[in-house]
Amino acid sequence: MRRDRLRVVAYSVLIGAVLLGVWQAAVAGKPAGKSIPGPAAVAATAAHMLAHPFYDNGPNDKGIGLQLAASLGRMAIGYTIASVIAISLGVVLGLSPVLYRAVNPYVQVLKPISPLAWMPLFLYTIRDSAQAAVLVIVMSSLWPTLANTAFGVASIKRDYLNVAAILQLSWPRRLVTVILPAAAPAIVAGLRISVGSAWVAIVAAEMLIGGTGIGYFVWNEWNNLALTSVIFAILAIGVIGVLLDAGLGRLSRRLSYQE
Amino acid sequence: MTSPYLLVDHVSKTFPPADGRGEGVCVFEDVTLEIARGEFVTMIGHSGCGKSTLLNIIARLERPTRGGVVLEGREVLHPGMDRMVVFQNFSLMPWMTAFDNIRLAVRAAHPTWPRTEVSAHVHRWVDMVGLTGAETKRPAALSGGMRQRVGLARAFSIEPKVLLLDEPFAQIDALTRSVIQDELMRMWSVSRNTVFMVTHDVDEAILLSDRIALMTRGPQAKLAEQVEVKLARPRRRAELIDDPEFLRLRTHILRFLVEGSLTPV
Repeated sequence: MRRDRLRVVAYSVLIGAVLLGVWQAAVAGKPAGKSIPGPAAVAATAAHMLAHPFYDNGPNDKGIGLQLAASLGRMAIGYTIASVIAISLGVVLGLSPVLYRAVNPYVQVLKPISPLAWMPLFLYTIRDSAQAAVLVIVMSSLWPTLANTAFGVASIKRDYLNVAAILQLSWPRRLVTVILPAAAPAIVAGLRISVGSAWVAIVAAEMLIGGTGIGYFVWNEWNNLALTSVIFAILAIGVIGVLLDAGLGRLSRRLSYQE
Repeated sequence: MTSPYLLVDHVSKTFPPADGRGEGVCVFEDVTLEIARGEFVTMIGHSGCGKSTLLNIIARLERPTRGGVVLEGREVLHPGMDRMVVFQNFSLMPWMTAFDNIRLAVRAAHPTWPRTEVSAHVHRWVDMVGLTGAETKRPAALSGGMRQRVGLARAFSIEPKVLLLDEPFAQIDALTRSVIQDELMRMWSVSRNTVFMVTHDVDEAILLSDRIALMTRGPQAKLAEQVEVKLARPRRRAELIDDPEFLRLRTHILRFLVEGSLTPV
C-alpha cells in the first residue's frame, strides 16, 4: 500500500514535469506575442498576483483574490437557493410516485438546457445583471440535486418508513430523523455534481455580465492581451473547483452509512 | 359478554395479481383470533401462509382485504406505538447508533420527558438487554444478535399494548438465538405485554407462548387450530426437553406441519 502510494506520487510528479517540459519546449525561442506564454512567465505572473491578491484599483483592476471571492460569493447565494429548492421539491417528488412521474417529463426537458440560455430572459425580466448571474447559478445547480434527492427519497427502504409510521413521528420529525438522513448519501452526491456545474457556469456567466468575478477577470485580461494572467486564472479556477468538490466529498463521507 | 383485548376479526388478505388482471392471490382467509390482555400467542405455519402478513395487518402496515382488527374495543386503522413491531430484519436506522435507535422510540413515546429522563430510560434498557458498551455503535458494527437486542429494547422501552414479534430470531445464529429467547422471556415475565409472535420454530413457540395458533399451507391458508401451552412458568429450556407435556405438544405441532405439507392444496 505504502509502496503504491509512493509510486502514485512519483508518476504524478513525472507527468506534471513532462507536461511542463512540453509546454516550455513548444514556446521556447519564439518571440513574445507570437505564441502563448511559457510556464516560467506564468509562474512569474502567479507569484506577482498571489503576493497582492486583494488590491483594488478601481473596477478594471482588482486582485485575483477579490475576483475569486466575488465569484464564490455569487455562487454561494445561487447554490444555496438552488439547493433549498431542489432538496425540498426532491423530497416531495420522492415521497409521491405519482407526482414524481407527473413532474419528471418537465425536469427531463429543462435539465439539458445550458444555464446560460436563460440569461437573456433573466436580464429582460429582472434588469439586473448581478442578479441574473445568480439566477444562472440557480439554474445550473438545480437539476442534479433535484434528481438525486427525488431518487434517494424514493428508494428509502420501506422498513425505515414503517418504523417512523409505527412511532407516529410528526412530519417535521420524520423528515429530520428518518427521510433526510436516509437519503443523505444520494442528496450529497447530487450537491456534489451541482457544485461542479455551478462553478463551470459562473465563469461563463461572468464573462457575459462583466463587473467582477473570475470569469470577468479572464475576459478582461484577454482584452488586455495579458495571457499569463489568463492562464493563471484558468489554473486558479481548477484549483477552487477541486477544493469545492473535496469539501462535499468530506460531507459525503460523514453522512454515508452502511446497512 | 366482554370483548377480547385484541381481536383479529374474520380477516382475509388477497394480493392483487402482478399483471393487474385476473383474480389475485388469496394468502389467507377468514382468520379470527382473540388474544387476552397479557397473553403470549404465537402463530406457526409454513412460509407463504401469510403469518407475517397477518402481523403486518395488526400493525396496520398492510390493510386487510376483508375483516378488521380491534384493540381494546377500537378498530385499528393506522400504524401506532401501541402495536410496536420487532422485525425479522431488525429494521434499525443504520445511520443512528444503537442508543439513538432506542432513543428515537422513547422520545416518540414520551414527548414531554426532558432529555435527561429520556437518556436515563434508554440507558436502563441498554443495560437490560445487555448492550452496555455497544450502545455507541451503529447497527452495521453489531452482530445479528446484538442488533435484535436493540430491536427488542426499542420495542419494550415504549411499553406497547401489544408487542408484535415477526420471526424475531430467524436471522440469528442458533446459539445466540437461545440466549436472546431467554432474555425475551425474562423481560416479558416482568412487563407482561400482550404478545403476538410469528415463527416457524416449534420449540421457540412452545417455550415462549401461552397459546399457539396453527395455520394451514397457503395460498388460501386458514387458521386450523389453537393449542394451549399449559407448561408452568418460568420455563427452563433444559427441563422442558424431558417434560412429557412439552414432547406431546411438540409432536402434535410437528405432525400438523408435516402432514399439512403432505395434504394436496
